[in-house]
Order: sequence, then structure tokens, then C-alpha cells
Amino acid sequence: MNKSKEQLLNKRYKAEQRFRLYGLSAIFMALLFLTIFIFKIFSTGYSAFQKTWLIVPVTFDAELMMLEQNPSNEDLQDADYYDIALKSMADLDPNANEDQENELKRMVSYFFEKEIKNELLNNPGLIGKTKEVYLTASDDLDQVFKGNYPRDLPEDQRRVSDYQLKIFDQLVAKGKVESKFNISFFTYADSREPELAGIASSFMGSIFSILVCLMIAFPVAVLAAIYLEEFAPKNRFTDFIEVNINNLAAVPSIVFGLLGLGVLLAIFHLPRSTPLVGGITLSLMTLPTIIIAARASLKAVPPSIREAALAMGASRMQTTMHHTVPLSMPGTLSGTIIGLAQALGETAPLILIGMVAFVNTIPGSPMDPAASLPVQIYIWAESAERGFVEKVSACIMVLLGFLIIMNLFAQIIRHKFEKKWS
Amino acid sequence: MNSILFTFIVLLGFTSYYFGRKKAYTIQSTKKRLTALPQFYGYYLAIWCAIPAFIIFSLWAIFEPTIVKLLVLSDYSNQGYLDDELNLIYEKTKSLSRGQFTGEITPFIEASAEKYLSLRSIAQSSKAVIVLSIIIASVAYAYKRISSNSRTREPVEKFLNAVLFTASLAAILTTIGIVFSLIFQTIDFFKVIPLFDFVFGTHWYPAKAFVRDSSEALDPSMYSDTFGAVPIFAGTFFIAFIAMCVAIPIGLMSGIYLAEYASSKVRQYAKPLIEILAGIPTVVYGFFAALTVGPFLKELGTSMGLEVSAESALAAGGVMGIMIIPFISSLSDDVITSVPQSLRDGSYAMGATKSETIKRVIFPAALPGIVGSILLGVSRAIGETMIVVMASGLAANLTLNPLESTSTITAQIVVILIGDQAFGDPKTQAAFALGMSLFLVTLCLNIVALRVVKKYREKYE
Repeated sequence: MNKSKEQLLNKRYKAEQRFRLYGLSAIFMALLFLTIFIFKIFSTGYSAFQKTWLIVPVTFDAELMMLEQNPSNEDLQDADYYDIALKSMADLDPNANEDQENELKRMVSYFFEKEIKNELLNNPGLIGKTKEVYLTASDDLDQVFKGNYPRDLPEDQRRVSDYQLKIFDQLVAKGKVESKFNISFFTYADSREPELAGIASSFMGSIFSILVCLMIAFPVAVLAAIYLEEFAPKNRFTDFIEVNINNLAAVPSIVFGLLGLGVLLAIFHLPRSTPLVGGITLSLMTLPTIIIAARASLKAVPPSIREAALAMGASRMQTTMHHTVPLSMPGTLSGTIIGLAQALGETAPLILIGMVAFVNTIPGSPMDPAASLPVQIYIWAESAERGFVEKVSACIMVLLGFLIIMNLFAQIIRHKFEKKWS
Repeated sequence: MNSILFTFIVLLGFTSYYFGRKKAYTIQSTKKRLTALPQFYGYYLAIWCAIPAFIIFSLWAIFEPTIVKLLVLSDYSNQGYLDDELNLIYEKTKSLSRGQFTGEITPFIEASAEKYLSLRSIAQSSKAVIVLSIIIASVAYAYKRISSNSRTREPVEKFLNAVLFTASLAAILTTIGIVFSLIFQTIDFFKVIPLFDFVFGTHWYPAKAFVRDSSEALDPSMYSDTFGAVPIFAGTFFIAFIAMCVAIPIGLMSGIYLAEYASSKVRQYAKPLIEILAGIPTVVYGFFAALTVGPFLKELGTSMGLEVSAESALAAGGVMGIMIIPFISSLSDDVITSVPQSLRDGSYAMGATKSETIKRVIFPAALPGIVGSILLGVSRAIGETMIVVMASGLAANLTLNPLESTSTITAQIVVILIGDQAFGDPKTQAAFALGMSLFLVTLCLNIVALRVVKKYREKYE
């Protein structure tokens, strides 16, 4: 009898420990996923911040460039750089036949002509001289140099030929291949060529959409929250508004994309693929988030503040506008930033309103076609080129960086400025 | 033109505020009692400047394009053109007047482009004249009222109240907009495709419905066996089910651990860390699922002799489950912490261990709230788009094998609507019909879940 009681107790204690372990392992699993996730993104993405350059001697031959004596700046702009660019690549291997010359040309990006031109424009005294110029390596060689490309595949399965690899290895041995920080990733627009693709266009697209979203969603949401929390009579109609807000907060984002497509594009004929339409669509999505946050922080202002103001003879509108709303602002602002961070990461609605179009110019206003950072991730992830894999991860790192900054900012506002009422 | 006018009106508004306030001070200096604070006099005047401007600007925005179009097309009225042709002519006219027209320029279109431009400039200048004269008149009227020291605070506050009320209608307008944008296309879709075929058909090949010319579009036999949504609905719920198989145990157990076992220090760090999972954009999860999890599962399957598709439902559903963990864990954490302490104390006093208390007392008490949080998670899983688009298949297979690829409502909407759409094409309308069913399903789930959670909260408050 006594023994079985002890056994029972032991069993119960063991069950207790097991249960606790389940809980711990659940948390451990969740954190493990997070770690794998971040590790994977960083390990594939960090190399995109480096770019491989080939250092190639270029002879700025005035005759080949069709330049006359003492050329003006305009002449330099209009000069023909293609021939000297081709020649300097072909000169890497003096014994190359025509096919091999073509392969040599494909070792650098198709911007090589422009890069040589910029070199001369920066230093016009180079005419007739030879100088080593940094040229962007093609994305396959870039990947080879970073060690992401298997060299031991049979030649017909590789996009780099044995001949290109041979010349490339010679260049490496001579120290004529260099890896430098990839500034163009931040300053170039999207491109079909991974080595020339940058996030500038999608970054500006994101900024414009978020600004449009902020300018629409913030005022409307704050005003709506003030009405619902401070002025609305308790009746069926305000209940209906409240149910609407709560439901909208849980409607799938793609439905908002259909709304943008069916109303903003089809009926109001706003320009397709633009951050303007994207921003309006996102603002409808963030509206409920901000309203809910603003209402919560208005509710947190204690009634004694309102009563004191009313007792001093302020009207209800004055009480609200001069006392309640300013006191609730920290909470509202941090809710707004969190809502904007959600909008910044949103992809599906933007795809539906056409922000997936290929844009190779940097948009200058919300009315120009653009992509956004998450859409850029989607576009690159769907591309076949190997060079885009690391670009996607790098773009994700930039996006996550922004989200982290925004969330930290929201935390700081909340902790620094929010009054604790006790 | 518009921006100059707009700036001018804004300036006018500020000046009238200034004059209104100044007037109040002059009234005060005559030892008369003011009916409100001086700035209300200013606001009053500024509002009388803003309202007419706003009304006229919106009237113009609504009617100007229609009237201009009517006038331009009146030249063509008795030449027997169809409506569509007239629209085309008008589009050509507009693009020519912007200098972007690339086709052949006929003298007719050139003439109407000139007419279009002159009408536009007439409309713009008449707008400026009308706006300015009406503003001046209304400000003069308001100034007269101020001078007689009539009430200003009440009208100003009434106006503000109206503005606040209008803003609160935004949520309703958005809902109406959603229903409105979905319903017409959906009705048109069901005019061509019988509802029965959509709900019970088992073949979904929207690519088959590629319309070459309009005569084909009216032939319903072409669409038979094309828009049967069963495989898609099945795929959606199947992937959501896989996601919940991952999310419910992990989310619920971590919620329980955080609420009942974790020390405040662990809680302080673990909770926000888990919530990071909810803040990661879904496109990032999609990339992760497509690049890492899919190939990994495929390799794993091959090494065990199983055939696993690189775009398996398991990869998409599993990653989606990871995304939903924080929703379930933080909601169930909240629910469990709001169970009154007296229930726990009672159970401990009877000699129950902590886990027995949780399983037999707290969990049943918190069940409605937990169910609500799970339903919200399901609605998230059904509406999730990017993970499925990137990691699961795009062909709609009717299968219950998690290792094969399936498609979902959201993925099909994206596949159909990516790129250019022709409204009026059954394929495009099919996407809207899918959107409608998605909206309805998630709406029901949300309403039920919010009800359950609300009822539960009231029970313990």
C-alpha cells in the first residue's frame, strides 16, 4: 500500500517533469528555427556585399576612339569606346582566335565600355597612354571567385568555359583580380545581369510607398480612433464600425491587392505599377492596425486628466485635442511604426497591382513605376541565375535591417515617452 | 496649375485665420465680451475658406473628365461608331495631346486632340475663377458673422466632429470597397461558369481558358472542366492543416511554458525572440522554404527511397507553421495568464502538481480563448500567399500526399493576375471569384474567433 503510493507519486512527478520538458523543447524548437533561418540568410547573403573586379590594362588609343587632337569634353563623351574596350579584353590572351576573343569579352559585364569611358572622363590626360582599369567581372566568374560555383562540373554543364577559367586563373595568379565592397548593389537599379543588379530602384519604391501609406493611414486612423474612443455614442452603428475594424485587421493581404486592382486601377485609372497605388493599398491594410493601437493608448489615459480639463471649463473638443491626444501620442506613434513595418514587408498586394514589372530606372516620384524591397526579393528568387541567390539573401538582410530599426524605434518611443499611470 | 492654385488657397486659409483672430482682438479692445477664444474666430474663417474649395475641387475631379469626353466625342456622335470604338478614339486623342502617341495620326484625331487641349485649359481656368470667387464670397460672409460677434466655437467644434466621424467611416468604406471590387467580377464569372461546376468540379486548368478573340469568349463549352475549384480548396486546407500540425503543438506548449513555468528573466528574453518570427516578412519565409527546406526534404526523401517533389506541400506547410507559431504562442500565453489565480490556488491546495493543474484546470478554463487563437492562426494560414507562391506548386493537383505538390487559392490568384490582365476575361474573373471565396472563408473564421475570444474575456473580467 505504502509502496504503491510512493510509486504513484513518483509517476506523477515524472509526468510533471516530462510536461515541463515538452514546454522547454517547444520554446527551444521555435528559437532553433529562428537561428537556422538567420544563419542561412547570412551565410548565403554576406558574399553579395563583395564584388569581383578584373584589373585589365587599357590603352586609350586616340585613333581607335575616333578622337582628334585636343578633344573637348563633348568629344570625349561621344567618342567610341567599344573598340578599345574589346581590344583590351582581347589583349589578355595574344594568341586568342575569334571565338576565344568573344569568350574573353564575356568575362566582364556589359558595362565594361561605360567603366572605361568613366575612367577617361575622370582623367582626360590618359589619351595615348595605358592604364589598368577596374572592370566588373561577369557574375559567373564572380561566383567562381567567391567559391560558390562548382568548378569540377563537366564543361558543358557550366556557364564558364575552360578557356575562361584558364585566363581567369592566370589573372588571379598575377593578382589582377580583386574583391571590393559592392557599392553598386546599393546604387544601381535592377538588372537582368546579377553582377549589375542593385536595390536602389526597389529601395526608393519602398520608401515612396511607405511615405504614401503614412500620409494617408496615419491622419485617418488617428482621427477615427479619437472619434471612436472619445466622442462616439454607444450604439449599433459604432459597434458595426468596431466589428469592421477588427475584421479588416485579419483579412488576408492579397484581398487588399484585389481591392487595389479592382478599384484603384480598374475604376479610378491610377497609374499601374506605381508606389502611389501601392501606398494607398498598403494604407488601407495598415489602417486597422493603427486605429487599434491609437484607441488602446487613448484608453490608457486616465479619466482624471479629462475630468480636470473639463472642470477648468474646457470643452470636450479642447479636452481631447489639448490633453488626451498629446498624452496618447507615444503609444499611437509606436503602433504606427509597427504598422508601417508590416506594410514594408508586404508583397502579395503589390504584386497584384503590378509592382513586379521589371524596372531598370530609379524612380524619382511616387508616380513612376517601381518595385519594392520584398517584391525585389520575389523577382530575384524566381530568376534562374546563380548570382541572384546571394543577392536575394543580401536584399533580405537589408529589409530585415530596416524592420529591426523600425521596431527598435517603436520600442524606444514607447519606453522613453510614454507616461506610466499608476 | 493645380498646385499653384492649391498653394494659393492654403495661403488664403492661413491669412483668413490670421484676420479672424485679429478681428477677435479688435472686438475685445472695444470692451465687448468675446463668445469664444480668439483662435476660434480664426479657425471659423479658415474653415469657411477650406470647405468651398474642397467641394469645388472634388466636383471638378468627378465631372471634368466626363464632360470633356462628351464634348470631344460629340464630333463623332452621328457617324455610327460603337462605344468601344469611341473609347479607343478618345484614348488616342488623349495620348496624342500628351505627345506620347505612336500610331498613325489622322487629321480627325489631331483636330480632336486640339479640341481636347483647349477644353482642358478652359476647364482649368474656369475652375480657378470659380474657386477664388466663391472662396472670397464665403470668407466675406463669415467675416461679417464674426464682426457681429456671433458664436464661433460651436460651429468649429461641430465641423471637427464631422471630420472625426468621416474618418471613422474609413473602415466601413474599405470593407465596402473590398466587397464591391470582388462582387461584380465574381457575378460575371458565374454568368459564364455555373456555380455548381466551380464548387464541385475537380479540374482546374485556367491556362486552357486563353481567349484568342472575343467570339471564342462567348462559347461556354470551351470552359467546361476548366474552372473546377475542388483541387484548389483541398490544397488550401491541406497546406493549412500541415501548418497547424507544426504550429499548434509548438505554439501551444511554448505559450503554456512561458505563462506557467518560465522565470521572469526567461520570459523577458524568450517572448520577444519568438515574436521576431511573426515580424519576418512572408516573402522571406517563401525564399527560405523554396531554397532550403524544399531541396532538403527532397534529398532526405531520396535517401529514404521516397519520391519527394521539390515543391512539396510539406515544405510550404511546414514553413508556414513556423510562421504561425508566435501567433498561437502569444495569444495562448495571454489567455492563460488571464485565468484567475484562485483557480490555480484551489488546485494546488488539493495537492495537484503544476502540470496536473495546467492540464485539468487551467487548460479547460482557457480552452475557448485557445480555440479562438487557433482559429485566427488557421485564417492566417489560409490567407498566406508568398510562401505558397514561392514554395508550393502552381499546378492544381488533387492529392492528399504531403510529398507531392499542390496549389492554393492565394497562389492561383497570384498566378492568374501577375502580369497584364484583361478585365472581362473569365480567367481574370476566376481570380476574383477565388478572392471572394477566400474573403468569405476568412471572414467567417475571424468573426467566430473574435466572438469566442471576446466572450472568454468577458467571463473573467
